[in-house]
Amino acid sequence: MSIVRRFARNPIAYAVLGVVILVTALSSFSIVPETRQAVVVYLGEPVRIVNRYEPGEPFGSGSAGLMAHIPFAEQVVWIDRRIQSVEMERQQVLSTDQLRLQVDAFARYRIVDPLQMYISARTEERVSEALRPILASSLRNELGRRPFAALLSPERGQVMDNIQESLNLAARQYGAEIVDVRIKRADLPEGQPLESAYRRMRSAREQEALTIEAQGAKQAQIIRAEADAEAARTYAEAFGADPDFYDFYRAMESYRTTFGIDRPAGPDDGEAAIVMSPDNEYLRQFRGQR
Amino acid sequence: MLNSEGRGPWGGRGSGGSGGNGSGGGGGDDGPKNPWSQPPRKRPSGGQGAPTALDELLKRSKSQWGGGGGRGPDLPTFGGRPIWFWAIILLVVLWVFFTSFHLVGPQERGVLTRFGNYVGTYQPGPNFSFPAPIDRVQIIDVDNIRTIDIGGGGENAENRVLTGDQNIVDLAYQIRWNIKEPQNYLFQIVNPEETIREVAESAMRAVIARVTLDDAIGAGRGEIEQRVQALMQELLDGYGAGVLVQGVAIEEADPPSAVEESFRRVSAAQQTAQTYLNNARAYAQQLTARAQGESAAFTRVYEEYRLAPEVTRRRMYYETMERILGSVNITIVEADGVTPYLPLPEVQRRVRQQATPVPEAGDTQ
Repeated sequence: MSIVRRFARNPIAYAVLGVVILVTALSSFSIVPETRQAVVVYLGEPVRIVNRYEPGEPFGSGSAGLMAHIPFAEQVVWIDRRIQSVEMERQQVLSTDQLRLQVDAFARYRIVDPLQMYISARTEERVSEALRPILASSLRNELGRRPFAALLSPERGQVMDNIQESLNLAARQYGAEIVDVRIKRADLPEGQPLESAYRRMRSAREQEALTIEAQGAKQAQIIRAEADAEAARTYAEAFGADPDFYDFYRAMESYRTTFGIDRPAGPDDGEAAIVMSPDNEYLRQFRGQR
Repeated sequence: MLNSEGRGPWGGRGSGGSGGNGSGGGGGDDGPKNPWSQPPRKRPSGGQGAPTALDELLKRSKSQWGGGGGRGPDLPTFGGRPIWFWAIILLVVLWVFFTSFHLVGPQERGVLTRFGNYVGTYQPGPNFSFPAPIDRVQIIDVDNIRTIDIGGGGENAENRVLTGDQNIVDLAYQIRWNIKEPQNYLFQIVNPEETIREVAESAMRAVIARVTLDDAIGAGRGEIEQRVQALMQELLDGYGAGVLVQGVAIEEADPPSAVEESFRRVSAAQQTAQTYLNNARAYAQQLTARAQGESAAFTRVYEEYRLAPEVTRRRMYYETMERILGSVNITIVEADGVTPYLPLPEVQRRVRQQATPVPEAGDTQ
C-alpha cells in the first residue's frame, strides 16, 4: 500500500498527525548562529547555555549549530554574542579650572555571562539602559578631576582606564564585559565658552598678523640700511682716491643741479639771477688779470 | 522556528523560481528564468490579436498533457505517477541545486555556516555545500573599498574638533576601508559600519588633540592621517572587527567660519610684509646701482684728471660755469667791498604781476 493510497483513505487524520510530528520536530531543534548565545529555560528556570562566548575562541569552535531541546517545555532565550555599543548622551563636564566641555562617549561591551544577564536584565536594551547613566556619571567624575588641557586627550593618561574599570564593575552585574570606552567628541559648549574661544583665536591671529607686518617692516628697514651702507662704501672707495678732486667734481655737479640745468623744470621755478663780484674766479680773465 | 534567522538568501529565490517551473511542467529546462515574465512586457507593443508567447506555450502544454479538455477530477499522470509528485521532485532538485552551488566572484568570499556554526570561508570560484537548511553561505564583497564621510555636511554643520593648543578646527575627512576577515565582520560586532564611524571620530579627535592648530590646518595633515589610520586599525583589531582601514583622507581642515576673517588677516599681513620687503629690495637695488654708476663715472673722470690735473680742472670749471651762467641773469657789482640793497624778491613779484594781470583786474572791481 503506497503512502498515497493510505493518505487518500483517511486524509484528515494523517494530515493532523503529520502536522503534529512536524511541529514537534521543529520545536525540539533550534539553530544557534555564531552571533547569538542561547539560554535554555526549562519551565522558567534556566538550565543550560549554548554557544557561550569564550574570549580568544575562534569562530566555528564554539557550540553554535543545531541544538536539541525538549519541545514546548524548554524555551530558548536568545542573547546577542557580538560586541554591542552603548552611547552616552552628551555630557557637560566641568574641569578643575572651571572650564566646560561637552563630551560624547561610547562604550562597547559584550555579554559574557548570558545567565547573569538573563536573570538581571533579560534584554540587551535594558543592559544598555542600565550602563548609560553609569558611563555618564563615571565619566563626569573622572574628567571633573582634571584640568581642561588634560581633558582634550584623556586617552593618554589613566582617565579612560579608570572609567572602564568603574563601568566594568557595574557591567559585571549584568553579565557584560566592557571592551572599550572612548570619547567620541569633546566640544566647547555653544554660547559663551565657544565665543570666548573664538575671541581668543581671533586675537591670537591678529597678534600674529601685526607681528608679521612688523617683522616685514623691520626686514625692509635693514635691507635699506644695508643698501645705504653699501652705497656709502662704494662712494668712499671711489671718492677716497682723491678727496680734493672729489670736492671739486662734486661741487661742479652740485652747481649744475642747483642752478637748474640738470634739474627737471618745475612750476615754481623763477628766473634765476646771479649777482657776482668782479673778484669772482670766473671773471679773472675778464678783468685781464693773470 | 527551525530557521531562527528567518531569511535564507536562497529560500525565497529557490522556491519562487522552481514553483513557477513546476506548475508549467514543460518549461523546467529554462532554469531560474521564469518564462512567464516575458509576455507581459511584450504584449502592449505587439498587435492585439497576434498570438503571444504565452498563448503559444499554453496551447502546447495542453496538447502535450493528453487532450485539450482533460480537466476532470483526476490529475494527469506522467510515467505512472501523479504530476504533483514529479513537480515536488523537480522542486527539490532545483532547491538542492540552487542552495548548494555557490559561485564566488573574484573579489568576494563566501562565509559558510552549517546550522549556524561557522565552518569555513569559500575562496573565489565555484563552491558546493549542503543544501539550504543545513548550510548557509553569505557572500561578502571583501575587496570593495567602502567609504565613510565625516563632517563637511553643509554650511551650518561644522565638525568642530579641539586641537592641542585649545583652538578649534573645522574638519571633514573620509575613511576608506574594506573587509579583512569576512567571518569576523559578520559575527563580531553588532553594527560594524557604525562602529567604524565612531572609532574614526574618536581616533581623529584623539590625534587632533595632540597637535597644534597650525599643524592641523597646514603642514601636519599627512602625519595626522597616518596616525588616525594606525589608531583606528589598532582599535578595530582590538574589537576583532575584521576590518582593514585603507586610508584616512582629510578633505578639509579649516578654521571655523567665525574666526576666518582673522585668519585672512594673517595672510594679508604676510602679503603686506612681502610688499615691504620687495620695496626695500627695489630701493636697495636702485641705490646700489646708482652708487656704482656714480663711482664708476667719478673713477673714469679721475683717471683722466690724474693725467693732466690742472687743465682738466680748469676745463671742467669753465664748462660748468658756462652752462650755468648761460641761462641766468647776471648782475656784476663793481663796487668793491660794498654790498648794495637789491630788491630781488620785489623785482620778481613785479615780473609776475605783469605776466598775470587778470586776477588784478578782478580785485579792483
